[in-house]
Amino acid sequence: MDINRDKNTESGGSCCPPPQPAGMPLKFVSSSLSRPLVSDLREKYDCVTGSVESLAGAVPRVSTAWSSSDRLGAFRSRIGAYRMRYTIPPGLYAVGEPTKGSDVFVTANYKLSFDHLRRALKGINGWILVLDTKSINVWCAAGKGTFGTEELISRIESTKLDKIVEHRRIIVPQLGAVGVNAATVKKRTRFRVEFGPVRADDISGFVENNYKATTEMRKIRFGMRDRVVLTPMEINPAMKKFPQFALIVLLIFGIQPSGILFQDALWGGLPFILLGLLAVFTGAFLTPALLPYVPFRSFAVKGWIVGIFAVYLLVDHLHYIPTMDSYLKAVAYIFFPMMSSYIALQFTGSTTYTGMSGVKKELKLGVPVYIVAATVSFIVTIFHKLVVWGVI
Amino acid sequence: MKYLADVTTIEYNADKCTGCGRCIEVCPHGVFDMNGKKAFITDKDLCMECGACANNCEFEAISVDYGVGCAAAVINSMISGGEPACGCSGDDGGSSSGACC
Ligand code: SF4
Ligand code: SF4
Repeated sequence: MDINRDKNTESGGSCCPPPQPAGMPLKFVSSSLSRPLVSDLREKYDCVTGSVESLAGAVPRVSTAWSSSDRLGAFRSRIGAYRMRYTIPPGLYAVGEPTKGSDVFVTANYKLSFDHLRRALKGINGWILVLDTKSINVWCAAGKGTFGTEELISRIESTKLDKIVEHRRIIVPQLGAVGVNAATVKKRTRFRVEFGPVRADDISGFVENNYKATTEMRKIRFGMRDRVVLTPMEINPAMKKFPQFALIVLLIFGIQPSGILFQDALWGGLPFILLGLLAVFTGAFLTPALLPYVPFRSFAVKGWIVGIFAVYLLVDHLHYIPTMDSYLKAVAYIFFPMMSSYIALQFTGSTTYTGMSGVKKELKLGVPVYIVAATVSFIVTIFHKLVVWGVI
Repeated sequence: MKYLADVTTIEYNADKCTGCGRCIEVCPHGVFDMNGKKAFITDKDLCMECGACANNCEFEAISVDYGVGCAAAVINSMISGGEPACGCSGDDGGSSSGACC
């Protein structure tokens, strides 16, 4: 029910948890065959508070409140701090006092998706059917097909859902529709799929509205807050590559006919390292945060505009970098807005409205420009060195 | 917010449409609306090519070349020659590329 949250707020867009390190307990992960015991679950997850008897055996009951560890978990997944999968075992769960007539809500086994759903079910008696999406949120898993028709059908069968409820209706998050074909599910299980609202928070409104989502509930939002919480996942990968960039800059400036001079490396290189950091900031944070306010629709152009503005501020307006000759200034204006542009383009992976054809078009036009800009920057820098050395 | 104009590959065939309304139910960008007994496209440029509508239209009235609108995924597919996909199931855990993937 919570894709917007899934994709934006909840997960920080990290549909892709890093691989599980060897030796992590896999006991509860992808247990399609063995069902974990309620007592084991209670020990491991503090949201599991007990169990509910059903015609198909005991079903673990979960609370609709978030504990401090749930909040910490949400925060850590947002900043991408998890080294292991943030997961909940797939299967059936209960909230409140569900009966044969209660609704069934489907979600992914990414713990944050699950947590957002159960929190939204406050005051509702219902069942939660958790699909095995390999700990990936609904949106991304639906795109990959793990949150999909086959998994839903087999999960309905393995949990004996037809014995647990007497109605034949399941509520699937709307953004799961990419992976779930409602007609096939109906044909094979007799369960009718109702696509719920995009955001988990709208579920109670959806139920009250007689299982009809309003136009507003159907739409993905992508507000400033949604965008900003995604930026750590843009900044992290960019900063991971930053040491290599810094090293190359220091080398270029340090190399002298007499060898590598530390002083020159530092004083020549520092402004460029600073400009590099600025480009990461404008591309990975400022452009995403200000997205609708930056002119043009293309992400590459948006990133370039914010980037050149920042370079201008630093180099020519504040005169922060006094030691630049005109060659280096040219490099600053050519290279760093392009770097900002390239990094901003990566944000298309986190947005909720960029399609593949558009990204392809941007890359087709953009990549040659990036290559030319990088080459020209390199040549001008070499030229600058030759002038400084008095060769030219 | 709208992405680039005139790039989406969404196609709708009114002759096949029965007016069941599924496309309106699943589209997260309000691309479809109902006009009497048929669906119609409100604004093509709003489409993000997620494929939810085409996947759920039982009457094959909709086609779209769907995929992830993610630069890192598209770059990877250009290099490897495959279809753009979230490269997160692999061993690099997606830590190297964009946020989603
Ligand atoms: S889902 Fe297909 S048949 Fe149904 S209204 Fe939409 S286009 Fe028409
Ligand atoms: S592909 Fe997705 S965004 Fe485009 S019209 Fe279909 S459901 Fe809407």
